[in-house]
Amino acid sequence: MLQFVLKRLGVMLLTILCLTFVVFFLTNLYPNLERLAKTQGNNRMTAEQVESWLDGRGYNRNVFVKYGEWLGVVPGWTNEINGVPSGRCKPITGDVETAPSYCGVLQGYLGESTVFREFVSKIINIRLGLTGWLMFAAFGLMVPAALIIGVLAGMREGGKLDRSLSTFAIATSATPEYVSGVLFIVIFASSAGGLKWFKGSSTSAMDDINFGNFTLPVLTIALYGVGYIARMTRASMAEVMTSQYIRTARLKGVSFRGVVLKHALRNALIAPFTVIMLQFPFLLTGVVIVETLFNYKGFGWALVQAASNNDIELLLGLSIVAVIVVLLTQLISDIGYMFLNPRIRVS
Amino acid sequence: MEQLSGLQITGAILWQFLPVWIALVIVLVGGGFIRGKLGLLGKLYDHPIGMIGLTIVLFWVFTALMADWIITFDPYTPVDGMKNKKPGWPVGGQEGHYFLLGGDNLARDVFSRVVAGSKTVLGIAPAATLIAFMVGITLGLPAGFFMGARDTALSFLANMVLAFPVIILFYLLVTRAMVQTGIPTYLAAVLFAFPIIFICTLFYTRFKTRPNELALYMGVTLVVGIWLYFSMVVTHIPNFKAPFADSYQVLAGWLDPIRPFSMDANTLNIFVAVVFVNSPTVFRIVRGLTIDVKTRDYVAAAQTRGESPWYIMLWEILPNVRGPLIVDFCLRIGYTTILLGTLGFFGLGVSPESPDWGATINDGRKLLLIYVHPALPPAISLMSLVLGLNFLADGLREESLKD
Repeated sequence: MLQFVLKRLGVMLLTILCLTFVVFFLTNLYPNLERLAKTQGNNRMTAEQVESWLDGRGYNRNVFVKYGEWLGVVPGWTNEINGVPSGRCKPITGDVETAPSYCGVLQGYLGESTVFREFVSKIINIRLGLTGWLMFAAFGLMVPAALIIGVLAGMREGGKLDRSLSTFAIATSATPEYVSGVLFIVIFASSAGGLKWFKGSSTSAMDDINFGNFTLPVLTIALYGVGYIARMTRASMAEVMTSQYIRTARLKGVSFRGVVLKHALRNALIAPFTVIMLQFPFLLTGVVIVETLFNYKGFGWALVQAASNNDIELLLGLSIVAVIVVLLTQLISDIGYMFLNPRIRVS
Repeated sequence: MEQLSGLQITGAILWQFLPVWIALVIVLVGGGFIRGKLGLLGKLYDHPIGMIGLTIVLFWVFTALMADWIITFDPYTPVDGMKNKKPGWPVGGQEGHYFLLGGDNLARDVFSRVVAGSKTVLGIAPAATLIAFMVGITLGLPAGFFMGARDTALSFLANMVLAFPVIILFYLLVTRAMVQTGIPTYLAAVLFAFPIIFICTLFYTRFKTRPNELALYMGVTLVVGIWLYFSMVVTHIPNFKAPFADSYQVLAGWLDPIRPFSMDANTLNIFVAVVFVNSPTVFRIVRGLTIDVKTRDYVAAAQTRGESPWYIMLWEILPNVRGPLIVDFCLRIGYTTILLGTLGFFGLGVSPESPDWGATINDGRKLLLIYVHPALPPAISLMSLVLGLNFLADGLREESLKD
């Protein structure tokens, strides 16, 4: 067991290394650097000015050296920009002389964002907290709803309730966030829909979450995920309901209600557990869309800002967080599955 | 002229879709007569939900094919005085012409843009899914069949791509800067080689002992394959003028009415990104199915006969796992449609005036609280197409399980 977890953690580390290098390589391609120089400097820079801008800030060097600096295994660059001494590690203390020579991920330094002019770690902290609330609320709504729908549908496979709930589940998984979000805004927030129950923007929810400004984004994220989990729960429930011990219980005279609640439910919920954990990566795309749509400035919004401005270090920091979340949930889902299902044991 | 009422708008739209209705009736009724010969598709006639799905999917396929007959205005040209006008608004100076679903923020006809948008989606999604399947099958079969180091390496790669959030990948891969570097083209050069390899191996393993047929099938595959490969990939490599590049483009242009074959650099970029995201999942599915099926008796029988591993994979294992693959294919076209919409929604890889559904939703959402009509039709269209595909997949799954 311990060996399994250690091996998985090793693979995880390797994956993170590979993926961050891919992000690093792609963001450091020359057209991207040129775009960065023009947005940071000014838009009408000549080719020579772009070159000197990039030279001064250490961008025009071998990509492996730069990646090593970012990792913290190569000492950071020092240089002079317009006569002022500057360096990769300068922002930490504000002065090149006192700054440490190594500054990278290994030293716990994720760099400085070029768009927000702030430490990446600080941005991640704030934005992740905001998105945490969104995720928390979406999960709190999505998981119980999906499990109830799935169990009710799988209880009597092929029945009327099953047909209608399954159709509903298929319909929700056919409605991506940018469609359901638009529909929700039209129905519940616009003057054309006439209801105006909720707000179409969630900017105010960043300071103060309330029913009016947080319902629609949460509903939008939850809806797309519900269908998939519900279908998995239904399949698992339907399988359990045909098994021998359920029939035995029924023949012994236990009521249908009792069979479902006491005998079937526990075993039927093993498979959906894995699926629920694996929903995290999908939720991330949903979060980005919803935060853009409802103007909620969390993790997804920061991601869009970083990616569209080629903010290399912020994008790398956000990617690490995203990849770690995905891989950790995969690991938890595997371990949890082993604990829940005694038939599966790691050899 | 007066604004049309809701009923008149509905009537006019239904009338515009007349060619689609005719085609639908011919195909569905015609299919009903020969349903006994249609196999799985024929059995779908007993499944109401599956039938609804098939009808919706066919509706959009015919709409994409006949889009030029259905549209009422040019989807790209603004019309004077029609900015943000309500549905059914008469066009000034043109007697009897209306913007059936109103005008968008740039005074273009929403109805025509939605219809034209179906061409982009249906031109890319099925073809991209097909290529993703060929990549996934060509790599997944040997990974599951041989296991070992090959499998470990391929699985690691697949899991790596899957661990990467789709949205970051899109932001990195589908940008103008990326087109300049030529990376999408090189990626396409790798990914698009798989269909050719796949089909060639398919024929080679089958007709190895019959040289005449082998030469015929391989020849046709190679000629068509290499020509398509040239028109899609080689002509796009930056700073490289392929020999006869222009003639390839012209030939490719003649052959396809809904243009999956002659793509501009931006479309190629989108296409490659979508294939790249989908392939690892298909790989994992095929690998899992292969591991499950390779212990069956007919595989052992083929091995005893002395068949080559690739013959067993392609002609014994693959036909026997087609059921789940067909179902996943339908679902995956829907998922690809959603991905394309996501790309459009973030304005990645599409030109600003493109009638792509995702891009139109994004344009419309900015004024959503005031004008509802520009964003709603593309949203509902996208949803209905994906819903149709999901219903179809559900029907196919249930019917194929009945045997």
